[in-house]
Amino acid sequence: MFGIPTQALFSQLLLGLINGSFYAMLSLGLAVIFGMLNIVNFAHGALYMMGAFVAWFLLNWFGVNYWGALVLAPLVVGALGVVIERTMLQRLAGLDHLYGLLLTFGLALIIQGGFQNVYGSSGQPYAIPPQLTGGQNLGFMFLPNYRAWVVVFSLTVCLATWFAIEKTSLGAKLRAATENPTLVRAFGINVPLMITLTYGFGVALAGLAGVLSAPINQVRPLMGADLIIVVFSVVVIGGMGSIMVSIVTGFALGICEGLTKVFYPEASNIVIFVIMAVVLLIKPAGLFGRAA
Amino acid sequence: MRLTTATAIAALTLGAFGAQAQDKTVKIGNLNDMSSLYADIGGPGSTLAAQMAAEDSGLVAKGWKIEVIGGDHQNKPDVGGSIARQWYDVDNVDLIVDTPNSGVALAVSQITKDKNRVFLNSGAASSDLTGKACSPNTIHWTYDTYALANTTGKAVVKAGGDSWFFLTSDYAFGHALERDTEAVVLASGGKVAGKVRHPLNTPDFSSFLLQAQTSKAKIIGLANAGGDTTNSIKQASEFGIASGGQQLAALLLFVNDVHALGLNVAQGLTFTESFYWDLNEQTRGFSDRFAKRSKGGAKPSMVQAGTYSAVLHYLKALEALGGNPKDGAKVVAKMKEMPTDDPIFGKGTIRQDGRKIHPVYLFEVKKPAESKGPWDYYKLKATVPADEAFRPMKDGGCPLVKG
Repeated sequence: MFGIPTQALFSQLLLGLINGSFYAMLSLGLAVIFGMLNIVNFAHGALYMMGAFVAWFLLNWFGVNYWGALVLAPLVVGALGVVIERTMLQRLAGLDHLYGLLLTFGLALIIQGGFQNVYGSSGQPYAIPPQLTGGQNLGFMFLPNYRAWVVVFSLTVCLATWFAIEKTSLGAKLRAATENPTLVRAFGINVPLMITLTYGFGVALAGLAGVLSAPINQVRPLMGADLIIVVFSVVVIGGMGSIMVSIVTGFALGICEGLTKVFYPEASNIVIFVIMAVVLLIKPAGLFGRAA
Repeated sequence: MRLTTATAIAALTLGAFGAQAQDKTVKIGNLNDMSSLYADIGGPGSTLAAQMAAEDSGLVAKGWKIEVIGGDHQNKPDVGGSIARQWYDVDNVDLIVDTPNSGVALAVSQITKDKNRVFLNSGAASSDLTGKACSPNTIHWTYDTYALANTTGKAVVKAGGDSWFFLTSDYAFGHALERDTEAVVLASGGKVAGKVRHPLNTPDFSSFLLQAQTSKAKIIGLANAGGDTTNSIKQASEFGIASGGQQLAALLLFVNDVHALGLNVAQGLTFTESFYWDLNEQTRGFSDRFAKRSKGGAKPSMVQAGTYSAVLHYLKALEALGGNPKDGAKVVAKMKEMPTDDPIFGKGTIRQDGRKIHPVYLFEVKKPAESKGPWDYYKLKATVPADEAFRPMKDGGCPLVKG
């Protein structure tokens, strides 16, 4: 009786989970950066795009394959993040959120504009690595191997990040430095360095998500701009600053969006914003957020 | 004495009018998607094409002053409409060209009619521009949804693809393309198993593709364009659509899309266009000159080539009129009166309803082994003559068509 609809439901849930893994990885990076630096990083989408482009450069200029790019591209993007933090963001420490937001938004426009000027808007092709082509017939759907890999890999990265920040001594120091930087500095810990590295790590996560998405989407200059607004909504819905929450919300909203694509596809690009509006009306600090 | 004064005034007035008819300044605005999914198909390349037409017209040497400007409508009809109004009211633009995105194009066509200027559309697809929304100030130049549907749709059904599932971009263009293709499929004895409408600029098509897969239709018709089409095709290959026995029909595909996809993914797709750079000596000549000046050496798309052809004919009409009369309907009437001839489409004509007609072609994307290098992508499968390619004038419902 439920034969076909159940099949459709399962497959859409799975697809939602896949898209959710991108939301999770990106909103995780945003949450880490916001939590530690108090900066709303609007350049996140542009850095995600750069991750994909670095993978493309590595392949086409240096012959480095997908697996190499998976390691190198986040490092390159992370290094760029360190430079951005040291040369620009650091000067905004202690100022209103708005300054950081404006600066990073401007950076995003410059980076995207630059790439678009050189590479146009249609983008560049990036093939799925040969080890992950093909797929599995799950009975209710055909699951491409690559998408399965994306879910498993991003879930692992998300959980590892959560673990590092919540359960290790380095994470404890980071969290302490956010609460009271002066006191932590008194213990002889180099707080500015820690903040720089945190920003580098946060944007490296974005770069990593970019590499993951390169074989699925075209490597396009605007790929991040299309995604970043949704990711911000994810963060707002979950409540800014909490790591586990942003992971869970990312996956959950991916699923919501996936289901909308079955029941009312026309609304699939606004459903997350509708949820955001409702959440803000009922609980302005976000679903799991603490009121300021 | 009184009589002489009156004559003198009359002569002066006439003189003034005479001078106005001899006005030899033209301002052309390329209203386009400059930054998003259609920017490579039209975008700055269309500004370049319009500039080349201005240079090739030879009018500058004859003392004309031709200025080409560009504007970004961001795929929003309200933004496009307000740029068009500003161009017409403040900047004295005489002609708006290209304008992909049917939603924006329909809005600009109406504004152009109200302000009595000229709108030569190359990039938008909706056949409504020469149907119920036709205008004495608008010419639809390069292609339309009817021509695409009629050529690709017929060919696919004839080759055995008789059940269809549509993946449709959810705005004026997608709806028109789906409607026109569905009509052809049904008329050729096929059936439509289902359809799904996706928002413009969707990054992930997997969910829609899965719905198409469950429909068991033989053909998945992509009634979308630009980045949406390339993403659908790429992800269809990932989800093993072809190995499941289903085929894609890209109802609108441009050479830039194929370039972006790469031949590995795009090979074997059949689709319809009215221009390809490698058709003959003339198209190659124009395209080489274009590629020398375009971003990344890109060959012109059908839309950009159409923009060149349209502006060239517009300037010919102005020259025939002896100056810029600043009367859009008059210029368009003159353009319809004159036969067209250019390196892009060869000889052609413009119909009463504003439809420019020329042959359209059914192409197939080459296999990687067949291609000699970048931009060598198409095999010509069939040519549809001009009088069969487009919708018969009597079926369009255009109020301009009498009898």
